[in-house]
Amino acid sequence: MYRYDHFDHRLVAERVAQFRDQTRRFLAGELTEDEFRPLRLQNGLYIQKHAPMLRISIPYGVLSSTQLRKLAHIGRKYDRGYGHFTTRQNLQFNWPRLGDVPEILAELATVEMHAIQTSGNCERNITTDHFAGIAADEVVDPRPWAELIRQWAALNPEFAYLPRKFKIAVNGSTVDRAATLVHDIGVHAVRNETGEVGFRVLVGGGLGRTPMIGYVIREWLPHDEILNYLDAILRVYNRFGRRDNIYKARIKILVKERTPAEFTRAVEEEWQLGRGGPATVPDEEIERLASFFTPPPYAKLKGDDTGLRALIADNRPFDNWVGRNVFPHKVPGYAAVTLSLKKTGVPPGDVTSDQMDAIAALADRYSFGELRVSHEQNLVFADVRQAELFRLWTELKGLGLATPNIGLLTDIICCPGGDFCSLANAKSIPIAEAVQRRFDDLDYLYDIGEVSLNMSGCMNACGHHHIGNIGVLGVDKNGEEWYQVSIGGAQGENASLGKVIGPSFAASEMPDVVSRLIEVYVEHRHEDERFIDTVRRLGLEPFKERVYATAH
Amino acid sequence: MPRLIKDSAIVEDRWTVVREPSSLAALPLETPVIVPLALWKSDRNALATRSEVGVWLKPDDDPGALAGDFASLPLIAVDFPKFTDGRGYSTAKLLRDKYRFTGELRAIGDVLRDQLYYMRQCGFDAFAVRADRSLEDALKGFADFSDGYQATVRQPIPLFRRRTTAALVTENTPAANDP
Repeated sequence: MYRYDHFDHRLVAERVAQFRDQTRRFLAGELTEDEFRPLRLQNGLYIQKHAPMLRISIPYGVLSSTQLRKLAHIGRKYDRGYGHFTTRQNLQFNWPRLGDVPEILAELATVEMHAIQTSGNCERNITTDHFAGIAADEVVDPRPWAELIRQWAALNPEFAYLPRKFKIAVNGSTVDRAATLVHDIGVHAVRNETGEVGFRVLVGGGLGRTPMIGYVIREWLPHDEILNYLDAILRVYNRFGRRDNIYKARIKILVKERTPAEFTRAVEEEWQLGRGGPATVPDEEIERLASFFTPPPYAKLKGDDTGLRALIADNRPFDNWVGRNVFPHKVPGYAAVTLSLKKTGVPPGDVTSDQMDAIAALADRYSFGELRVSHEQNLVFADVRQAELFRLWTELKGLGLATPNIGLLTDIICCPGGDFCSLANAKSIPIAEAVQRRFDDLDYLYDIGEVSLNMSGCMNACGHHHIGNIGVLGVDKNGEEWYQVSIGGAQGENASLGKVIGPSFAASEMPDVVSRLIEVYVEHRHEDERFIDTVRRLGLEPFKERVYATAH
Repeated sequence: MPRLIKDSAIVEDRWTVVREPSSLAALPLETPVIVPLALWKSDRNALATRSEVGVWLKPDDDPGALAGDFASLPLIAVDFPKFTDGRGYSTAKLLRDKYRFTGELRAIGDVLRDQLYYMRQCGFDAFAVRADRSLEDALKGFADFSDGYQATVRQPIPLFRRRTTAALVTENTPAANDP
């Protein structure tokens, strides 16, 4: 993974000192609430319902065991012994004290971490594929490019006060596991016929109040021009993005109002200013960054582990777990393992400090001391020997991290919702739990197969509800919590936005609503057809009919 | 006389920002004035007869509207109605790097200590800090960071071209073409 040098360390240390002084001035009354707010947000600090919330950056979701131990320690010392992994591959603590935050940031700096730009109207954490570097379908390892973009985005003086938040995702595979089509900018690393790396650039995707799929504004960008081109996009957005209405301030609105063609023309013209200039990325820098992401010292193995098949045949629970939570690896004899943070009864994405310490120890023993956070709010050990899968499974079971439900209905993406967040219209965690309890029969869950349920407590869509096969959005009706349901959303290279099926439901109705949607699917599906395929084939009607015929 | 920060020092400010002149005749005489772009465009020839005139830009003004004037204007100011309105950073970048403006580039309006470092990186060299704030305190804002990753107006060579070569020499020293 990327390691700080003298420059990176100094920058983060100076940032901590700056925020320590800003916090002191705020508490001393020298900075007003309005003056302090953008400063604290750009250091990851929200003021929530019960307490401040601190969101810590995990660049493109890559985390070392040392860093995870530090997060465990922070959770224990400054919070209530747990943290919450987010859809931006970050971690949030829900109960720190404002006065402690500079100290927390100083502790993070010791393990090369920070909370820079995890909130506010600026460029947020760069995200990517959680199987980067190990997936067989990968064309270009996105991590060096994500790091290059991370550095360009970090404390970028020109773009610190954008009209609104700004999210960039990088993907380097033929399959899109980073939801790049619903980002302000999606960067696809591709290769041309001579094998040279370049980028396809998408702009104007996003979720929130007005969900949109991004437009391709450039099919092929020479790789060394990436920062000049990003500069151009951001400058056009910074100058012309709407600032009169917070709900129309994302870049997707600018792209739509100007038309993609006109927006593209403006970007291409702006690009000429920086094109070929000093920020053109030299080969040496690309090589330097790539050197941080070389393969770990894998054992030379002949092929798939021969003992695994026997263990699977012998043990149905293990078979289930391998089937759902183990992902193929491009290196013979290895596999990637997803640690499910979606155990029924635990808020999706939550991990205790004790679990973090235990996960760190397992990462050291089984996966070269490194792990990843997925945007589906699970954790990944990317480099596990197949011969050790059974032992790892046994240990994960003991920690409650081996629920064999990855990609299934109970692998719910869910924001903290009204239990924690002051923006939320409605709670989301109890709904997730009620649905998980309804589908606690593993055989039925497996029979249903792949289906994603994403839930957000408000329009800001932190739970990515628009791209859930089933999307749930918390809405406020006269002070009461209601839930609007959509179906047909999907992430990935064929991303689509879900359509609302009709009037919203009370919390108590939600498990029945999901059950009925699933029933319709089970009755109508063709062989090997996933839930999303059936919805795309049949449209909304049969689902609507069933849900509203019986629910109201 | 009011004061401001110029090139990292506190100096007296000879200039008067004219926010909303009703007409050319309403301008104060005998004193250097900074007029709105609209007035400059409508009365450019008359204004040019005054000895010292600068122009200030609103966040949505196009700096390209001053094409032809960049060599002669001694001062351009960029207004920040609220410090959270970041358009002025890009305006400054364009004035310096695209239009090659070399005169005084002044930040006016809601100009506060915690944004000064970024403003200077984007090419501002004068800072009319909000009147209710201490200039001495604001000066500390420049020291927030010794270096950054990006190519900026003040440091056009991005860090990745400087990490290995002469790393220590370039620290905290403005680039050669610092305006």
